[in-house]
Amino acid sequence: MKELKILAVVVFFTLVTYWGVEPYAHSQMHKHVEGEGFKYAEFKVDASKGNAENGKALIAGCVGCHSISSQKMAAPMDAVSAAAAYGVNPPDLSNAAAIYDEKFLVDLMKNPAHALGVEHKFDMAAGKMHPMPPMAGDDQSAADIVAYLKSIAPKLEEVTPKEAYENACGRCHAMRYAKWTQIGTVPKTKPNITTHQDIEKLKFDQKVAEYQGSLAKYMGKLPPDLSIMIRARSEHFLETFVENPQSQLPGTAMPRVGLSEEGYAKVEAYLEEVGDPSKSKREAVGPWVLGFFFIFTILAYLWKQSHWKELH
Amino acid sequence: MAHFDKAMPFSNKWMDQRLAVNTLQKVMSTEYWIPKNINFLWAMGMVLAATFGILLISGIFLLMYYVPDADNATAFDSVNYTIMSEVGYGWFWRHIHGVGASLVFLITYIHMFTGIYYGSYKRGRELIWLSGMGLFIAFSAEAFSGYMLPWGQMSYWAGMVITNLFEGATPDILGGALNFPHFVEWLRGDYVPGQAFLGRFFMLHVVLFPLVIMGLIVLHFGTLRIPHVNNQDGEEIDFEESAALWKAGRKKEAKVIPFNPVFLSKDVFVMGVYFILFFYLVFYHFEFAMDPVNFDPADPLKTPAHIYPEWYFLWSYEMLRPFSKNIGLLWFAFAQGILMALPFLDRSPNVAPANRRGLFKYWFWALLIDMIILTVMGKLPPTDATFSAIGYGAAVTFIGLWVVLPFITMMEKPVGGKK
Repeated sequence: MKELKILAVVVFFTLVTYWGVEPYAHSQMHKHVEGEGFKYAEFKVDASKGNAENGKALIAGCVGCHSISSQKMAAPMDAVSAAAAYGVNPPDLSNAAAIYDEKFLVDLMKNPAHALGVEHKFDMAAGKMHPMPPMAGDDQSAADIVAYLKSIAPKLEEVTPKEAYENACGRCHAMRYAKWTQIGTVPKTKPNITTHQDIEKLKFDQKVAEYQGSLAKYMGKLPPDLSIMIRARSEHFLETFVENPQSQLPGTAMPRVGLSEEGYAKVEAYLEEVGDPSKSKREAVGPWVLGFFFIFTILAYLWKQSHWKELH
Repeated sequence: MAHFDKAMPFSNKWMDQRLAVNTLQKVMSTEYWIPKNINFLWAMGMVLAATFGILLISGIFLLMYYVPDADNATAFDSVNYTIMSEVGYGWFWRHIHGVGASLVFLITYIHMFTGIYYGSYKRGRELIWLSGMGLFIAFSAEAFSGYMLPWGQMSYWAGMVITNLFEGATPDILGGALNFPHFVEWLRGDYVPGQAFLGRFFMLHVVLFPLVIMGLIVLHFGTLRIPHVNNQDGEEIDFEESAALWKAGRKKEAKVIPFNPVFLSKDVFVMGVYFILFFYLVFYHFEFAMDPVNFDPADPLKTPAHIYPEWYFLWSYEMLRPFSKNIGLLWFAFAQGILMALPFLDRSPNVAPANRRGLFKYWFWALLIDMIILTVMGKLPPTDATFSAIGYGAAVTFIGLWVVLPFITMMEKPVGGKK
């Protein structure tokens, strides 16, 4: 019994220390931001009244910059030239209505700098236009375009986590542990067997470098690689940051990407898949190792008792 | 002259004639006597030895794939990509190594406070305490150098902050006699932490410090031999008399037990309980041992919002932080050294549990609680006025506790007899 009392004292002081340096310290070090679960309450326009037919006619205004690969509409420029022109390669719109919030999309077409939360950077009054012009003149035409995008979008289940990541994050953020660059997946190339030089790779690297140069100029710095961001930031930080970057980092150049709650879940799944690949193995092996040590401890206790029972 | 009878090669007799294996076994295990009157805290030494073994083995596996290259996040990726994604069970060894590094300090602190509580550092046991403190310092150096290796943001900036400490006092004091800016450059091999820095800390972590630790472990065991292990009542035991009782089969009367198998059987049971905790943490709660900030690659152009050491250094870090630079360095050095002096600052001849020792009883709990407060304040943002005031108070209390120790122990009445 005395030993259990001593153990209780040791455990108590250990837990107090743990609580102080982990949960409590971290709660004090980071400001608390209450997210709204991707509800985007500030966007008021009801997007559900759109007419897809009208939207189809209006989409011509979008494909001047954006591709819609599912509808065989190619991008007018390659990624490197697009980044040189706009700062970042405009996204393909095939999946847009599947992963982004529809109210966000409506607001984006009316006032991009507002929807993206970058009005501190792009102030129309000061002559600083956002590279995406406000395409829709009124609420109805914006809702119509969204209705069209919804009509061509795949179901959310059909969008893979990887595709969601590439569309929402991947044009700014590389992910080298998944061989992803801002202009696409690193192609498989082979070096020349006698010179050991891989010219195809060098060409690809040059394109990435050019793209990154335009991107860094546009954003102020090169956005970080997200390979293990899932371990570098808390779940709550990532969620609230993606929902509204300004809430966590006021003044950041990172735009709000406007993912819906389900769209973000896809992105998060991909961040975890790449950044924490051992999760399933841990869960599979853990019980066996703990089971081993439970049995080990019981046997050790019996061994101990066999010696100690005759001592007193 | 040695005598060699004809014997079957490698039989016990053959081995004994050549290597004295039977004597060795007696001296090292079956007739190495430990007091019977102990509790599970006496198993912490073997728990530490086992944890060191686990760190060594997991470290060897990690060493096969780690690349100490500071350029282009190569070192960072060798840890976070190669070991975590490409090497089979690499994640397992890494999590064991990270959790083990934290737990080895938790158990060390428990081991140290056990020694302080039961007075196991005096009356012949001074060298046990000193060699133990040597191990604490060696483990601290090992932990710090290891923390540099993933070359993340916290590795880089902790390396920057800690090596900066060696610059010493500001140049305006004593005509700059205590200011050594070139020493910092010499330590780093560069003006800032870079390739030279990473290379030498890699060497220290995987070669020099482990060798020092192994040497000190042998010394630490050696220092136990003559004064013997203390017991729960600080009782002076006649080990020879008690050992004779044991050997005569009078186990109930004997106050000692042999290390192997009796003491060891309890150690192994305690280790079992400990390993359940250890592997629970490895599989389900390893994040506490791996700071999120270190999952961003080292970036000399971007200082993290908060820089703090691992939890086991926080109390001494907080001895530095509340003061101005020169005063802070002074108290930081004081905190590093003063625990060493414990056997000489405790002026009481009593070897007894703290709760039987007058004012020392309060001193012990005050020290423990004060060090926990320092630890927690060492991590909290110093920009908060309340936290920095508490940290300042705890630091002054720490100094005060060591100043009063000789006086309260001098006044202490002798504890008569046992119990």
